[in-house]
Amino acid sequence: MMEQTIFYILAGAAVIGTILAITESHPVHAILYLVTSLFSVAAIFYLLAAPLVAAFEVILYAGAIMVLFLFVIMMLDLGHPEQGLAPHWREWLPALLLSGVSAACLVAAIVARHGTGAPLAVQTLTIREVATRLFREHGLAVELVSLQLLFALVGALYLGRQNAPSPGLRPPSPQGKGAGGEGEPS
Amino acid sequence: MTASTVDIALFAAKLAMVFFVILTLAAYLVFAERRVLAWIQDRKGPNRVGPFGLLQPLADLIKLLTKEDFIPTVADKWLFYLAPAMAAIPAILTFSVIPFGKPVAIAGHQVPLLIADLNVGLLFFLALSSIAVYGVALGGWASNSKYSLLGGIRGLAQLISYELSMGLSLVPVVMLAHSFSLTDIVVAQARLPFIVYQPLAFIIFLVSITAECKRIPFDIPEAEGELVAGFHTEYSGMRFGLFFVGEYINIIVLGGLATTFFLGGWHGPLLPPVVCFSLKTLAVAFFFIWMRGTLPRLRYDQLMHLGWKLLTPLALVNILVTGWFLQIVA
Repeated sequence: MMEQTIFYILAGAAVIGTILAITESHPVHAILYLVTSLFSVAAIFYLLAAPLVAAFEVILYAGAIMVLFLFVIMMLDLGHPEQGLAPHWREWLPALLLSGVSAACLVAAIVARHGTGAPLAVQTLTIREVATRLFREHGLAVELVSLQLLFALVGALYLGRQNAPSPGLRPPSPQGKGAGGEGEPS
Repeated sequence: MTASTVDIALFAAKLAMVFFVILTLAAYLVFAERRVLAWIQDRKGPNRVGPFGLLQPLADLIKLLTKEDFIPTVADKWLFYLAPAMAAIPAILTFSVIPFGKPVAIAGHQVPLLIADLNVGLLFFLALSSIAVYGVALGGWASNSKYSLLGGIRGLAQLISYELSMGLSLVPVVMLAHSFSLTDIVVAQARLPFIVYQPLAFIIFLVSITAECKRIPFDIPEAEGELVAGFHTEYSGMRFGLFFVGEYINIIVLGGLATTFFLGGWHGPLLPPVVCFSLKTLAVAFFFIWMRGTLPRLRYDQLMHLGWKLLTPLALVNILVTGWFLQIVA
């Protein structure tokens, strides 16, 4: 009973947080709403006896990816670029169709499951179990994903390369051309 | 799993005690830092309020509470209000997974001396430390001032960078203890603390946590020579106090974690377990203060180089060597 109440509170927080993240026009606020939503989802994972997934949800999504988003937004100081930038229907229609299909699948799955009434066997997933499954049974997939990440890394390095070696940070050159964002504008 | 009234009462008492001890300790750590720094720099330090100046934290508290709570007109009000709490809460939450003593028996009830024995305790700590970034970043951003923003951005970059080496330096600990639970990690150090097997990991961890709590020599988010006070420039009164106390709570908590992961936790000769744990934690805290009195601040690029090009690769190599060693032994 208690778990159920907590679940509904968390689920409500997750849904409301996500909706607000989409509708909020200010990027920093939107990020905070999304973080709230991710937190709620992490807590739901914990309730579902998957503490490892809960921890990774917070570490990776709330703690790393969202922080990087925030970092970029703070660095760029975009102001309000989203004003007057409503996407064309040709852009949002495919997204709407696809999300409609996945939502329909989800509803179908829930309805199909609901009829059986068999509760899931709750069993806390240990880290050892997850690791064994992941690296014994899905070793190839793990390798492929890591290769993909390596490609992304190489790509990022390629895009971020500097043709001319950057001047040293000290002393500030008389032209006022500092390097790497540390230089003072003159 | 039914909890009797006695169990609930014991748990509540434990919770209240931990809160009280940590907050008092944080206040007195500020005092201790001022006295120790004064001692290092051949000054006297605060010695007027009460005997040896021992009531100084109380005086500071009254000062902070009665100061005007100032909000810049252009600030993002809600985030400005919330940011200090976002900085302080993860710090104090982390303590809930640290075992500060052997389980004791009170009135026939076995009471483990920690708040929550999570089987992913170590990951819980990493998650909270990555959440603590938001307080700094949003505090700096919401103030809507250039110094604060620069401090916030620096803080963000620094915390993300050093989180990586901190997390990697803990992997050998998990490999040795075969568990993510902090209690199991302490139990695994019954014979020898992990610092004996893992001196390199300990050093990487120590440097990383110094960067994580933004202490000298890694205090560039609040470098007073360049950024006034960095991300908390615009804060005054108790909101500033919350950032400040949060930093000291962080020192205690990270000291406790260093004790748990590398220094053997509550294990120790002669003394009772809780005393052993406290002494080790305070020793790490003293080390932080000592470092502040000794080392100059790093430059921004030096800080990034140290984190990404030295500590992270070293931690990775350390993991490889540990794995290889464990394979040979096993």
